[in-house]
Amino acid sequence: MSTRTRPRAHPDDGSTTYREALREALREALTSDDRVFLMGEDVGRYGGCFGVSLGLLEEFGPERIRDTPLSESAFVGAGIGAALAGLRPVVEIMTVNFSLLALDQILNNAATLRHMSGGQLGVPLVIRMTTGAGRQLAAQHSHSLEGWYAHIPGLRVLAPATIDDARHVLSAALVDPDPVLLFEHGSLYNAAGILDPSVRSVDLDRAAVRREGTDVTVVAYGGCVSKALEAAEELAGEGISAEVVDLRTLRPLDDATFVGSVRRTHRAVVVDEGWRSGSLSAEIESRICEQAFFELDAPVERVCSAEVPIPYARRLEEAALPQPAGIVAAARRVVS
Amino acid sequence: MATAHGGTSAGTPKTKHPRRAHGSAAPSRTPAAAHDLDLLRRMLLIRRFEERCVELYSAAAIRGFVHLYIGEEAVAVGVHQALDERDAVVSTYREHGHALARGIPPGAVMAEMYGKTTGCSHGRGGSMHLFDADRRFYGGNAIVGGGLPLAAGLALADRLRGEPRVTCCFFGDGAFAEGEFHETANLAALWGLPVLFVCENNLYAMGTALAREHAQTDLAMRAASYGMAAWAVDGMDVHAVEKAARGAVESMRAGSGPHFLEMRTYRFRAHSMYDPDRYRPKDEVEEWKRHDPVTGLADGMRTAGLLDAATLEDLEHQVAEEIDDAVRAAEQAPEEPAEDLLLHVTGRHEEALA
Repeated sequence: MSTRTRPRAHPDDGSTTYREALREALREALTSDDRVFLMGEDVGRYGGCFGVSLGLLEEFGPERIRDTPLSESAFVGAGIGAALAGLRPVVEIMTVNFSLLALDQILNNAATLRHMSGGQLGVPLVIRMTTGAGRQLAAQHSHSLEGWYAHIPGLRVLAPATIDDARHVLSAALVDPDPVLLFEHGSLYNAAGILDPSVRSVDLDRAAVRREGTDVTVVAYGGCVSKALEAAEELAGEGISAEVVDLRTLRPLDDATFVGSVRRTHRAVVVDEGWRSGSLSAEIESRICEQAFFELDAPVERVCSAEVPIPYARRLEEAALPQPAGIVAAARRVVS
Repeated sequence: MATAHGGTSAGTPKTKHPRRAHGSAAPSRTPAAAHDLDLLRRMLLIRRFEERCVELYSAAAIRGFVHLYIGEEAVAVGVHQALDERDAVVSTYREHGHALARGIPPGAVMAEMYGKTTGCSHGRGGSMHLFDADRRFYGGNAIVGGGLPLAAGLALADRLRGEPRVTCCFFGDGAFAEGEFHETANLAALWGLPVLFVCENNLYAMGTALAREHAQTDLAMRAASYGMAAWAVDGMDVHAVEKAARGAVESMRAGSGPHFLEMRTYRFRAHSMYDPDRYRPKDEVEEWKRHDPVTGLADGMRTAGLLDAATLEDLEHQVAEEIDDAVRAAEQAPEEPAEDLLLHVTGRHEEALA
């Protein structure tokens, strides 16, 4: 860890927040590779919409911590162009909702140029954005659309769920020769914990088993992993042993880990903050059925967001999202 | 002119060729004559290449969307006179002319039209997606305006590295209406990026006339509002195009930021092979054809004593042979094997397969 002074939320107990872990990862990348620069709305003087890049402008200067106009299409596309020219841009989009303004660049250029050029042009670009609900920001700041991006060949889609992943995912993303989308769940930024010094990197090809169990596999990712772990704790009190698999990478999916887990537990609950219809959860359930149908002792259950634009009112928002109680109830149904 | 470009003299042929003063004494040995002959050869190559594409399309040898550049050759050829190999070029779906002017071998372009393994995009792109990484030719973008932000990024990379390169981005009057043009123009001007915006204003966004797509049809004036140098240029006159491009690129290499050139031009053919071309008056098309950039240059050279019939015939013969070779090679090239379908989706996959 750097000894430079920087804003800390928890200066005393040695813990690190998810936000700080991401910032440290950025600092490390900017320090170790002069091809890396950060670009996006309010990443510089403001310090990042969610404070991730706070202090980096002072440290690295305005050429490398580059404030952009509100022009998602232009600055994401400029990131693609800079990546084509051999740089390693990290582009921040405030939220996944706003990324739709750059969807053409992400899908029709970043994901597609390698193939259309017959392998001549790779786009080693990292795009970071916030996703998810839980902060009463209403529909246009709360949706979970990472499953849409996971539909697209040519992209790698990541959803770091822990501070260790937040700390180390960027360096792995930056060596990927293709565009990588990093979805940071908005409710995780203040999550704090002690970084595990033995963790030095993130294996982007592997999902992580966050808790071992024998009775049911709970598959989750991003902001829902902590909810799944909370549910597993409660289930343990009832004598139900739940294994929690954190997908970590939404594309390409690590079938081996979650299907392997289901082969041991014979039951599965899939948690996804996206809407159920046409969702990533549907893909995961389908792969479990394709690969382990005869190992299943019960139909796969899904816990997803309600089919509604995420509402503002706190009670309604909570009701719309996957919650530990819903995961517990689904697990009970599959083991009964 | 039936549909004049903003009331200017765009498209008016140069009846008085500037090099008339050279006279007829051994003109072909002067550098100016050699230069003009080279321009003519480059434009002829594009013209004849595309005419062959029409035949091949009619014979079903090539398929997909094919957008012809016929009538606009002076723009690609003139602009490329100002660029060199260190510069980058971003293009559109009407890019055969840009690709050939950039120096991509006609054989590689033709093989791409055939979807063959020797194509410049290994059969993944076709007519609309020609690429050549070594020549810094970045497409071939079939989303109108989609290439504009890439140009800003390529230029940003050059700026960050302190390279005196420029990035030239071709696009049409249709793309000028897209947000991507305006976002990119703002970004490039704000950051002083060396992007040469070359707007090929051929008066139609597919089938929609300029005045039906733009509230203000003076595109150069609108581009200037972003704080960059912007001119309208007679896009049917290769010398005018070359002069404007050289001036802009020279200025940009000295660090003057983005420049915008509105090339007032016209496509003689329909938007694509599927287009019945019902939206343009026939006499308008015929009127523009009288300002053909290829015959215009040849006529001017002839009048100035720089070109005789034998030289032109020889040139045509060379170009025809070059295209014959390209077609022959494309026809004989192997198909991309279906087993290679999943190649070039991600770099890691290729590493795994390698």
